[in-house]
Amino acid sequence: MTAKDVWPILLFGAVAALLPVFVTAGTLMNFAIFTLILCLAAQGWNILGGFGGQYSFGHAAFFGTGAYVTAVLQVRYGVNPYVTFLAGIALAALVGWLIGFLSFRSGLRGSYFALVTLAFAEVFRVLSNAVEFTGGAAGLLIPLDQRAANFQFESRGWFYLVVLALVVLALLMTRALERSRLGAQLVAVRENEEAARAVGVDALRVKLSAITLSAAMTGAAGGLYAQYFLYLDSTIAYGAWISVEALLAPIIGGAGTVFGPVIGAVILHTLAEATRMMVGRIPGIDLVIYGILLILVVRFPPRHFASFLWRQFRSYDPDLQIVFILRIRRRRSAQRERR
Amino acid sequence: MRSFPPEIVMEAVANGLLTGAVYGLVALGLTLVYGVLHIINFAHGALLTLAMYAAWVAWAAFGLDPYVAILPLVPIFFALGYGVQRLVIGPASGGNDQNILLVTLGLSIVLENAMLAIFRSDTLSVQVDYAMEVIEAGPMLLSFPRVVGFGVAFVVAAVLFVLLRMTDTGRAIRAVAKERTGAALVGIDVGHVYAVTFGIGTACLAVAACLLLPSFYVNPRVGNAFVLVAFTIVVLGGMGSVPGALLGGLAIGVVESLSGLYLGDSLGQLGIFVIFILVLLFKPTGLFGAKA
Repeated sequence: MTAKDVWPILLFGAVAALLPVFVTAGTLMNFAIFTLILCLAAQGWNILGGFGGQYSFGHAAFFGTGAYVTAVLQVRYGVNPYVTFLAGIALAALVGWLIGFLSFRSGLRGSYFALVTLAFAEVFRVLSNAVEFTGGAAGLLIPLDQRAANFQFESRGWFYLVVLALVVLALLMTRALERSRLGAQLVAVRENEEAARAVGVDALRVKLSAITLSAAMTGAAGGLYAQYFLYLDSTIAYGAWISVEALLAPIIGGAGTVFGPVIGAVILHTLAEATRMMVGRIPGIDLVIYGILLILVVRFPPRHFASFLWRQFRSYDPDLQIVFILRIRRRRSAQRERR
Repeated sequence: MRSFPPEIVMEAVANGLLTGAVYGLVALGLTLVYGVLHIINFAHGALLTLAMYAAWVAWAAFGLDPYVAILPLVPIFFALGYGVQRLVIGPASGGNDQNILLVTLGLSIVLENAMLAIFRSDTLSVQVDYAMEVIEAGPMLLSFPRVVGFGVAFVVAAVLFVLLRMTDTGRAIRAVAKERTGAALVGIDVGHVYAVTFGIGTACLAVAACLLLPSFYVNPRVGNAFVLVAFTIVVLGGMGSVPGALLGGLAIGVVESLSGLYLGDSLGQLGIFVIFILVLLFKPTGLFGAKA
């Protein structure tokens, strides 16, 4: 990593950190924190899906594990929330490794990998709804105790800064991954797994590293969610909504780029919020827009548009340009004469 | 594990078979689309929900009996499926596996939430006087709507089988499924065949929706419950196989019914997911045919 890789991320962090200075309204801070948590979940998906090309439809399995471990350990066993948060990340990473091991070992790719991750997330959802210690169908409430030592803060601003710090950390990690040997191998596997293996890339190991890191990040998002909203049930933790959110943001913002998930999450949630302001709180209307946006982005990839502009820029030919300028001058002087 | 008298287990198996036939019908559409277009249609569940709402509206607004509503809904949903493939999925996918995945996912999100916005999350059902009727078969009591569903599912499968074997359209569909380029070379309009296949798959859903409605409820998320079930069936029965879908449906119906009996309702769903994961992990190539 060079300074050029790092400073845009730090700049983003610094600018975003100013938000609590200007904004004190609770609803807006809620919105900002929720969006940042989703950025983190989406960045997790991006590592596996964007860089590795393995599209998971079940990142809820990791989000929910992070969330439930964070909540259950402190509510049932009185463990310090910071410790349970780290334990949640570790266990989510383990779940990621396990799912990855089972499905990549069996050679599942593309649609089949998507299907099997979806099924795993559903298994977790059904189980967490049925067993006792997660609170079952009634859900799990983390008691309100607003002390910094308890990972609950009196002002939303502090929590925002903590989440932002983690998002910046995730961005730095993603950038480091992108520049590393592992990152290059991951992209090679995405582009052509057979070719990558032919030149000696251990595809299974690379994909397993990616899904473990990916699950850890999304698990961290789950832990933050639990710690901020202080309530969990099986549909929140393991529901399809988070799998979809984690996947949509990178796809919309640019899968396989460092800032893609952040841009995507901000676009999606600003759009959803704007729709709510315009048409009122009709349930589902924001997701209708998400879905349409998803279809449009797949139909007309923004990257094509960007690369079109880039090609125009690259094919800049000074000679042609001079001809063009001369032609314009001639036209202008002709106009002047006519006047 | 609890033990039950044989009559109860037998009744659970019979009910599982009856439900399983309708599952099979849902899976039929999915497997056909997979076999011909080689795409996994994530919007299948949302389209089923749409069909169930259509049947409900036909009953609530026009007083049509769900079984009668099959007649208008089948052509409507065929046209819908044809249009969706021609106008949305086909152009957006560009033949790329992951793009198709995303487009059908997007489609399911749009459909499901549009229905949530229109009908809200309330659970709706139709009131017909035969909904609670039972048929006595020896020691077992079987629900009348389920018996009808069982019969009609087999009729639809038979019609589909004949359609695929005997008609020119069926031959074209099978030709495209086997060898797309070759089919195009002998003058088959591949885009049209794709859309027709998608239309047939959607029409199967319309029939399944009408069969489900008298004994089932409808809400915006009801299709989700069927998606994984249908995928499981398709995997079990072999991707693209019509008899496989029906047999897989019956098997899954029985598994669901028995695991519901022994594990209780909330854990009962687990049996299906576990089968699904196991089959995907340990027998994906054999049951799926070609790999993605």
